[in-house]
Amino acid sequence: MTNTVDAETAKSLLFCMKRVRAVEETIAARYPEGKMRCPTHLCTGQEAVSAGVGALLRKDDFVVSTHRAHGHYLAKGGDLRRMMAEIYGKATGCSSGKGGSMHLVDKSVGFMGSTSIVGGTIPVGTGIGFSISLHGTDQISCVFLGDGAVEEGVFYESVNFAALKNLPVLYLCENNFYSVYSPLSVRQPAGRNIFEMVRSIGVRSDSGDGNDVMDVYARTDRAIRSIRGGAGPYFLEFATYRWREHCGPHFDNDIGYRTEEEYLRWKDRDPIVLFEAAIKKESTIPADEIAQMDSAIAREVADAFHFAETSPFPSPAEISTNLYGK
Amino acid sequence: MARIIPFWKAVNEALSIAMELDKNVVTFGLGTDDPKRVFGTTAGLTEKFGSRRAFDMPTSENAMTGVAIGASLNGIRPVMSHQRLDFFLLAMDQLVNNAAKWSYMFGGKMSVPITIRLIVGRGWGQGPQHSQNLQSWFAHVPGLKAVMPTTAYDAKGLLLSAIFDDNPVVFLEHRWLHNMEGDVPAGDYRVPLDKANVLAAGADLTIVSLSYMTVEALHALEALQQQGIHCDLIDLRSINPIDWETIFRSVKKTGRILVLDTANETLSVASEIIAKVSMELFGDLKCSPGRIALPDYPTPTSPALSGRYYKWAEDIVLETGKMFGRALETGFIKKQHKGPHDVPGDWFKGPF
Repeated sequence: MTNTVDAETAKSLLFCMKRVRAVEETIAARYPEGKMRCPTHLCTGQEAVSAGVGALLRKDDFVVSTHRAHGHYLAKGGDLRRMMAEIYGKATGCSSGKGGSMHLVDKSVGFMGSTSIVGGTIPVGTGIGFSISLHGTDQISCVFLGDGAVEEGVFYESVNFAALKNLPVLYLCENNFYSVYSPLSVRQPAGRNIFEMVRSIGVRSDSGDGNDVMDVYARTDRAIRSIRGGAGPYFLEFATYRWREHCGPHFDNDIGYRTEEEYLRWKDRDPIVLFEAAIKKESTIPADEIAQMDSAIAREVADAFHFAETSPFPSPAEISTNLYGK
Repeated sequence: MARIIPFWKAVNEALSIAMELDKNVVTFGLGTDDPKRVFGTTAGLTEKFGSRRAFDMPTSENAMTGVAIGASLNGIRPVMSHQRLDFFLLAMDQLVNNAAKWSYMFGGKMSVPITIRLIVGRGWGQGPQHSQNLQSWFAHVPGLKAVMPTTAYDAKGLLLSAIFDDNPVVFLEHRWLHNMEGDVPAGDYRVPLDKANVLAAGADLTIVSLSYMTVEALHALEALQQQGIHCDLIDLRSINPIDWETIFRSVKKTGRILVLDTANETLSVASEIIAKVSMELFGDLKCSPGRIALPDYPTPTSPALSGRYYKWAEDIVLETGKMFGRALETGFIKKQHKGPHDVPGDWFKGPF
């Protein structure tokens, strides 16, 4: 797809990608300190999907997500300080320290929760879509999922219901080709395109380049317009790649499940580098503004880590609170 | 004046009243608007409230539980119905990993006000996959609430409480109770989700029971009384949480406890009650606690086998005799009905 966006949109896309990258890479750098004591799944390399989708969702739209949710949360407007405090297990965390990296929430911006069971939020996001339909508003519910979740039975059940009831749900599949260390080739038949299979269930679908933020933006824009227009659910598949290990701060191209060459091919298509190059070519954003963006992000990330580190841990009494609502 | 209606009708009234009170209450499940209407319990709802709020659903127990959870995060109060608990096992992921955890793991930012009706049963050759009483699973998981009404009065009052509670509530109905009648007030009333009901008072023995076994206990009670043994009969109503205060108060008085369960015995709700009573009130006990539950194998289908599998008022009387070191007569027991053992009454002609 050939796309153009206005300067403001370009800025927000670049800013979002750079901000997510800075957060993830700072986590990676500081994780070995042993203060972030929970499983942490970084999305370095996959930022274009978060940024492109996040830029198009309204604040009152809903998102649910997966174990690899930092980018989705931040792109939807989730509070960075509270996310970092959550990863540090602090009382000021978005889930009061009871969730950790895999359980982020910021209801004030419609980020309704991320969970760690593969496919677990697919029906939940579908149910939010059902509630929107019952309430009769023009919001949409966006469900982030990965290629592995497409293998779960609950995926088919959920998509079937969304098609049956014409629900305003955007299924956003980031296909990064690995489920932990298991490549797509041992999990799904050769020659299948996920988005085509989903279309056969009765849901409109499309696929694109998940490392090209403009492509993500353009295809998502079309999908969202279609959903808000009342045409029912939409499934988008974006091919992308996680640079680091499935869970944790390291690179793991040496352990044998994928090759350094494959990683380098994807790294050459770094979504941030690609977009910056396009911006420079077309002079969409002045170079000094990009530099200012970088320093602003560095300051904000440093502040968020400082907030997390200096926040108090939950008091021991908190172990028994929040079991039930109200 | 008494208003006598059957248990199934009480469930139906609760659903109808809840949907009248709050337009955000919706109900779905396989058979919700089919000709049988989930044993009559969902009769008239689609006609009254429309197919957007009361509807049949895809055969997708797990996703539809997740759909209920998601809808509940945005103001909806879904009630799901399952004609057999066994089929709901496909949805344990959504119930245990999501519904039970959402409040706690997000630090109380949200809760999940959903109600899940699960029908359990016994008899008529239901066999290994159509009658499991797996209530202890729901009692085991923190963050869930779980109730097992015995009377028609409690069925209505507990269901209304469940629907308007802000948490996931598993509502377990026993098929053999569906046609039992009771005095049920018209209109809205609530029975608390965490309080047991003391159905009879006596100084000699505490019987803690739940669901259909409480009916057998009531028959046993008469026979025991005629032989000089007077019992507290505690109908649990809630199995998550368990009303320990009521149980402890009774055992302190009687010094003896017999616990009845409709489930397989190992790691049952009955097991937990006996464990906790033994730990907390060891010095008050005059004899070992007793337990009557199902043996630890699947439900056999043939009527030649199931008669020995299920437990009856006779078993309660005989077990009580052991606890008192006396040979008690079972001849006094007035049977629930005179028919064969594998049906709850003349009204039941199968198939389920």
